[in-house]
Amino acid sequence: MRIATGPDGGYGRRPLALGNATLPAAGVLDSGVWMHELSIVSSVLDQLDELQKEHEGARFSKVGLRVGELAGVDVDCLRFGFECVVKDTHWAELALEIEQVARRQRCPGCNAEFQAENWATACPQCGEAATITIAGEELQIAYVEVEE
Amino acid sequence: MSQIVVEKKVLNENQKLAAELREKFRQHKILVLNLISAPGSGKTTLLERTLERLDKNKRVVLLTGDLQTENDATRLAQWGFPVKQIITGGTCHLDAKMIEKHLAAWPLESFDMLIIENVGNLVCPTSYDLGEHFKIVILSVTEGEDKPLKYPSIFVKSELMILSKVDLLPYVPFSAELAKSNARSVHPGIRIIETSSKGDGLDEWMKWLEEKLAAVKSGELVSA
Repeated sequence: MRIATGPDGGYGRRPLALGNATLPAAGVLDSGVWMHELSIVSSVLDQLDELQKEHEGARFSKVGLRVGELAGVDVDCLRFGFECVVKDTHWAELALEIEQVARRQRCPGCNAEFQAENWATACPQCGEAATITIAGEELQIAYVEVEE
Repeated sequence: MSQIVVEKKVLNENQKLAAELREKFRQHKILVLNLISAPGSGKTTLLERTLERLDKNKRVVLLTGDLQTENDATRLAQWGFPVKQIITGGTCHLDAKMIEKHLAAWPLESFDMLIIENVGNLVCPTSYDLGEHFKIVILSVTEGEDKPLKYPSIFVKSELMILSKVDLLPYVPFSAELAKSNARSVHPGIRIIETSSKGDGLDEWMKWLEEKLAAVKSGELVSA
């Protein structure tokens, strides 16, 4: 069975690239509701396919993703989506490592940099309320590991 | 074992397309808004009240996203502005590709404003840049005051929060002050307008819209 695609192509691009990919057995996906973590996994694999062309013959064993606290991505959901999507594809052996990045702020007043705890973003040094986010929005492919 | 450093955004494709859309919007001086809320918070109703009040000479187009049905487009079409429904068929958010596809047939140069009503969802739409100037988050008084704390990302990324259905405040155990202070605790600079379908706050909202429209036309407001 092919992976279901939305009429507006939300997931219509990846399944074509997957060729003979099969729908994961997990019931959650049969509902037809596709959370965006799956689309994120698809985008990662698309980019790895491109990268593979540049490194012909290299066997990618692991992909490292960086996910910020503000990225709007549920890490468990991402892991689960990854397992479901890679299964039965040429990426089945690929391991996934996720580095979670905490939200960090900089104070425009006193230049203090600090980690925002519990979403409190006021400067702990001078009390300035409007601080600037300098980390935590990442949603990146950091690296791939290659087996020689 | 060796490592290839990639350091690329996962949503690279979406980001690229969003940047292209943003450039088009800039060229044609179109204000673009991306409305995001949980299902049932009143996105469509706010838009109905907005279209009703808008100067009919304003050239406004709307894209409205849902998993299924054309109901929202039908509701919004009554005011004579062009509307298109984006049926995502199960996908929980709109992405830049869908926007590009649905705008393709429209002559962008003849519009002043594009309003995108995202799929009802406070999580996934947060990750997808659609080339908009502003994300606007809607929270209704029949939800919890702690939504800004539970779903902080969207409140952090929104320029404006609409607190909707305030006409129901006498009947529901909801503290508007607490909701607003929660929103400000995750985003101190967020602008907040309280509205209801009965007309509360709509003048203030329309004024905000007019100001942003003028700022885009004058070139003072350019989306980064």
